[in-house]
Amino acid sequence: MSNTQMIEKYRTHFLREVEANVEEGEWVKMCMQCGVCSGSCPLGKHWAHPPQEIFMMIRAGKREEVLTSDSMWMCTSCYNCIVRCPRELPITHIMHGLAHYAKRLGLVPENQPTAKFAQLFWDNLMKKGRVNELKLGLSLYFMNGFAEGVKTSLARRKLGMNMVKTGRMNPMEILGGHGVKDLSGFKKAIQKAQELEDARIAKQGA
Amino acid sequence: MAADKKFAGYICTGCGIGDRLDVKQLETVATREGKMAFCKQHEMLCSAEGVQMIRDDIEKGEATHIMIAACSRRAKMEAFHFPEVAMSRANLREGVIWLRPEGEEHQETTQEMADDYVRMACAEVKFMNVPQPSGEQGLTRSILVVGGGVTGMVSALEAAKAGYQVHLVCFESELGGPWKDLYKRVPFRAADVDVPNGNNVDLPQPEDPGVAELAEQVQAQDKIRVYLNAKITKTSGAPGRFSVDISTESGSTVTENIGAIVQATDFKPYDANQLPEFAYGKTPDVVTNFELEKLAKEANGGPIKRPSDGKEVKSVAFIQCAGQRSEKEGHLPYCSGFCCTESIKQALYFKAQNPDCDATVLFDDLRTPGAAGEDFYRAGQQARVTFAKAKANEVVQNGDRLTVKFRDLILDEDTEMECDLVVLATGQVPNSGPDPYAQLAVEEAESEEEKEAARKALEVAPPSILNLDYRQGTDLPHLKHGFTDSHFICFPYETRRTGIYAAGPVRRPMDMKQAMDDAVGATLKAIQAAENAARGAAALPRVGDLSYPRFRREGCTQCKRCTVECPFGAINEDEERYPQFNESRCRRCGTCMGACPVRVISFENYSVDTVGQQLKNVDIPDEFDEKPRILVLACENDAYPALDMAAQAGEELTPWARVIPVRCLGSVSLSWITDALNSGYDGIVLMGCRRDDDYQCHFVRGSKMAAERMSKVGDTLQSLNLEPERVALYEVAITDIKRAPQLINDMAETVDKIGMSPFKF
Repeated sequence: MSNTQMIEKYRTHFLREVEANVEEGEWVKMCMQCGVCSGSCPLGKHWAHPPQEIFMMIRAGKREEVLTSDSMWMCTSCYNCIVRCPRELPITHIMHGLAHYAKRLGLVPENQPTAKFAQLFWDNLMKKGRVNELKLGLSLYFMNGFAEGVKTSLARRKLGMNMVKTGRMNPMEILGGHGVKDLSGFKKAIQKAQELEDARIAKQGA
Repeated sequence: MAADKKFAGYICTGCGIGDRLDVKQLETVATREGKMAFCKQHEMLCSAEGVQMIRDDIEKGEATHIMIAACSRRAKMEAFHFPEVAMSRANLREGVIWLRPEGEEHQETTQEMADDYVRMACAEVKFMNVPQPSGEQGLTRSILVVGGGVTGMVSALEAAKAGYQVHLVCFESELGGPWKDLYKRVPFRAADVDVPNGNNVDLPQPEDPGVAELAEQVQAQDKIRVYLNAKITKTSGAPGRFSVDISTESGSTVTENIGAIVQATDFKPYDANQLPEFAYGKTPDVVTNFELEKLAKEANGGPIKRPSDGKEVKSVAFIQCAGQRSEKEGHLPYCSGFCCTESIKQALYFKAQNPDCDATVLFDDLRTPGAAGEDFYRAGQQARVTFAKAKANEVVQNGDRLTVKFRDLILDEDTEMECDLVVLATGQVPNSGPDPYAQLAVEEAESEEEKEAARKALEVAPPSILNLDYRQGTDLPHLKHGFTDSHFICFPYETRRTGIYAAGPVRRPMDMKQAMDDAVGATLKAIQAAENAARGAAALPRVGDLSYPRFRREGCTQCKRCTVECPFGAINEDEERYPQFNESRCRRCGTCMGACPVRVISFENYSVDTVGQQLKNVDIPDEFDEKPRILVLACENDAYPALDMAAQAGEELTPWARVIPVRCLGSVSLSWITDALNSGYDGIVLMGCRRDDDYQCHFVRGSKMAAERMSKVGDTLQSLNLEPERVALYEVAITDIKRAPQLINDMAETVDKIGMSPFKF
């Protein structure tokens, strides 16, 4: 372990970084380590580090371990932890905030499925200003390659046919699909938001 | 029996007594067998009219000794309050009809039970007298406060505000005690109610310690006389008439008359030299929480500097429970209860005064007592103090820095951190005098070896604080870990020496706010003790009792059992080695009475006779009637109320039981047991309070003394050729509502199995 890393341990550098960059990050310091969040999480046992541990790791200065972890990507937003936290920490939001920050820094574990799906969703949304469900579904099936995509599509074809029959899915959406009324306005709004976000990050970086 | 005694009986027929029992027969029992001059009935004796009937008879001079057969002696005490006469009560309601089922088949045994209780009450009152105050002391409106710390100062101020003269003895050259060096104190109050939850809200912060202001108030108060650099060289007497020699450094000694005493000697900081694993003593940069206060005071609001090189501290680690909550040799086994909030406070010093300083608290369990506790913890978190649940193992010097090695208990890994300064959260060691039982052990030792061991143990004992001129030793008895015993379960502050109250960390570890609250409580108790002593009235638990033990000098064999066994050290020995009772030190438990092998000790209204005659007057049916009799001696504090409550709850009791309340199991004379066995009782059940370290005995050692004495009852049983299971002793709590009657019913079953006693006449 290098000397600087040693000095960072159990110090507040990383905590301050989280506070500055992570949504609701200023709540992390208020965790009292009771563990109710970890015990309440329905997926808790599948996490390498449940929320209580993530918060402790932040305070212990484990920057790499936290940001490259896939734990916060496992959050399904059930909000059980928020409801139960005796200190009222917005834990779900912090988990998403950490995931977002890790993504921004390019530290997301490779092939993390939640991260991949989130990107697909974003890309899909940006084209027409609304989500094209048919295309999103298909891109999800083919996310891990052509062969697997065909296999999954065949396996789900009955479901797909039923959706078409009941008017739940329009096969014509595959050709372009319809967009929002004012697509250029939507894009402008997104662009403005991005500018604001960039300005905020630039300010923190300074 | 003196001619001027006029006996009168009163039977209440209310609450179903008249419906369930043959009251005419009870009346006959009272007048014919109980020898009451007359016996009156009333359908509701506790009504104004019923009480007036009794009062009229008393005022006309027709009744000086009255027997009331109605409800339990614990009920309607305000109505049946006739302090000018001797009174006994037959418990027909809770004791008989509520514990027995209705029905023709039970009628005979239920009536016999009631008849017996009337006989017993009549017999008891014959041997009772109206207690008179001893007049041994008058009202002495002065309080001695021992210890010039925060606890002592608050105690002195409270007593002075109540109009009492105060003598405040401070061992050091200035007031303040162990909290004198405090830079700031843990806040006393929680956040305002309208402060929301949040991560940036208005939470309580460290505040001015107020110790200097307290000292100024004490100095300014006319009624307080402060003795600095002083010692107590002798304390003799009793509540209301203590005589205390106070010696100052100059060599002068003054003797003061004192009503009651508050011992507020606080604590001594734990000696951290016993913590070499944390490098204490090896580097000046490892300090205790007490030493840090001095560093903070020196910094005076500026950055706190580390002792070794005067560098501003940039990172600090706090090790909680240092030398505490550990069974290791030299460590304190208990939690000192103040150090968690203390460390939060100190971490906040660094956050406020040292720019960009990181503070890490390594805790196992963070305990934050007090109103501000949790909010103060949040204040620490808000300021980014890092709290890590961890077990610190070692501190090592690492160049000009320190490395703390610990196990992170959340991340479950061994790890370490670097810092400039380490603060050890060390604990409180009670500032008590030597345990008098350690002193007594030398005298009581049976062999030379035991005596030597006891002497050795005494050598390491601390010097005396009170120098009591008491038969049982110089200071207040301890409970655990050297803390002065203060009857946790029932009467906080109340020590085992009447009129001397313990306040603050000398009785249990605590923080400053708790110590201040403690001081107020103990001072009020001390004032109460002085006033009670003037009236000749007892302190807790027999509040207001005017009776006190007397002894028949000619019969005394000077065996010293009473002087050694009194749980309150009340009894001294006079020049001729006879017991000297010191009425106002006495708590009226009767443990001396139970101890006396020659039965010469008695109270006006409670004696070997008042109980002995009760059990002798129970009608013991012939062996062939198959009606056994079980004597129950029940402690009036817990076991007897438990039986009363069992009656209220509709529990059932065997009709063979005859229950006699006793002041404490410690007052039970072995002669009662032998008398009972000789007169044909088939079983005896003794019920007292819990007696171990977590005792519930209202008289601390009474129950324990009884158990020790009863362990020798086996010989008596053997000499009478009786089965040992005929006598049973139990610890009964006030909540044992089902168990208490069950234990007696069990004895009935035992008697059923082993057969009736052959000693029936």
